[in-house]
Amino acid sequence: MTTADALYTVNVTINGQPHEVKVPARRTLVDLLRYDLDMTGTKETCSVGVCGACTVLIDGEIAASCITLAVQADGANITTIEGVANGEALHPLQQSFIDHGGFQCGICTSGQIVAAKSLLDSNPSPTEDEVKEWMMGNLCRCTGYYQIMESILKASK
Amino acid sequence: MRDFIYHAPTTIDEALALLDEHGEDARPIAGGTAMVNLLKQNMVLADHLVGLGKLPGLRGVSQTNGSLHIGALSRHREVELSPEVLAHSPLLAEAYSKVATVRVRNMATVGGGLTHADPAQDPPPSLMVLDAHVVLTSSKGTRELPVSDLFVDYYESALEPGELLTELVVPQSPKGAKTVYLKFLPRTEDDYATVSVAALATVENGICQDIRVALGAVGPTPIRATAVEAALKGQQVTPDAVRAAADAVADQVDPLTDFRGSDDYKRDMAVVFTRRALEQVLLAS
Ligand SMILES: Cc1cc2nc3c(=O)[nH]c(=O)nc-3n(C[C@H](O)[C@H](O)[C@H](O)COP(=O)(O)OP(=O)(O)OC[C@H]3O[C@@H](n4cnc5c(N)ncnc54)[C@H](O)[C@@H]3O)c2cc1C
Ligand code: FES
Ligand code: FES
Repeated sequence: MTTADALYTVNVTINGQPHEVKVPARRTLVDLLRYDLDMTGTKETCSVGVCGACTVLIDGEIAASCITLAVQADGANITTIEGVANGEALHPLQQSFIDHGGFQCGICTSGQIVAAKSLLDSNPSPTEDEVKEWMMGNLCRCTGYYQIMESILKASK
Repeated sequence: MRDFIYHAPTTIDEALALLDEHGEDARPIAGGTAMVNLLKQNMVLADHLVGLGKLPGLRGVSQTNGSLHIGALSRHREVELSPEVLAHSPLLAEAYSKVATVRVRNMATVGGGLTHADPAQDPPPSLMVLDAHVVLTSSKGTRELPVSDLFVDYYESALEPGELLTELVVPQSPKGAKTVYLKFLPRTEDDYATVSVAALATVENGICQDIRVALGAVGPTPIRATAVEAALKGQQVTPDAVRAAADAVADQVDPLTDFRGSDDYKRDMAVVFTRRALEQVLLAS
């Protein structure tokens, strides 16, 4: 290859802040967040789009940052777990995950909360089935899911 | 992941020129859900990726002359939720809603999905029974191809180098047609199908008029179950006729043994799910 990691300028707005980052074409969005911007709240686990740990919002919709190239996200508006709390005040979902044991090791938790927030933002009072359908793509190896369901349902209206 | 050159053309002509210039060394990327995984596994070794995300006019659903026109960059989730799709072809919305998870459906595009040509994907069997076609665009012009002719082999579509899939067109179903899509998921809800069946039928005075059946995950490409259709067309619809017709699918499928089941098991399940699909479109009141 003659390309030797040519750099591309990617402009993204993350949690309301504009960022300009120079990355090789092969940089994934999750790596841009974690390594270029030191925003390590977003986790990478399966790396193939199955588990949901790396869930972020791209232009308001949940997406897998592990199978999104950073260059594909140029111009996008991104929300990560770092943008969920209001300063020091936890988002009701975050508090609910603490109150109801919605996590153990925590590796899946940022993805769970970002995905659940996206659901509650568009559907503040989902049924249990709606939560299950929406959260089906967020796997957890620790909790057995009951506590995650409870955390989300208790945080809904 | 190997490095590559990323192009972000802003017009279709520019994208087609890049594909022509780099030939076999260039691949389009739309949602990236299949492509990024292939790149990570070094299954795609292209030096040039042509990003389609900034191309105008390829996203959204419209209708002309009774047909639905779906732009290639429309997301699976948009098809699933589109009121126009739901009113025109509820089977299509149903098939797209069965793909993986909300997260994948937000990212995956209609064009990328059809070009990926994994025989276990959900939309193709339904598109085949709906007699849908795709529009392929290259620097030489455009051509139309029935979705039934789009799949050549495992992960191989009929697109020529330099061609982009730009539109999916779905005609109106026959009046009074009943449709169904069944996805057999013995493992997890977010899995690919172990076997899948789509069917469309019209019945008049107890006689089967129009019958179309297609299956996914039963061989190198999705297939039309022509033997099943031939056994039913013009015949009196009875539970016995349906059962016998479904049995005929066993000789048409060529499944692979994998972690979702043995070839024999999948062949049996193809018969079972074909029968259930037929019962729903032919026998249910
Ligand atoms: C975790 C996971 C689970 C999945 N589960 C399912 C499932 O249950 N059912 C199912 O049906 N599918 C499933 N899929 C597959 C999914 O449907 C495909 O990955 C997706 O549809 C591909 O669309 P894309 O826009 O992301 O394509 P890309 O990844 O961008 O591209 C895919 C292929 O199409 C080519 N391409 C893209 N757009 C065009 C175009 N307009 N013209 C010409 N060539 C083009 C690319 O070069 C590439 O070869 C799953 C995928 C993932 C990651
Ligand atoms: S790390 Fe992205 S979906 Fe699992
Ligand atoms: S808390 Fe450990 S994977 Fe979910």
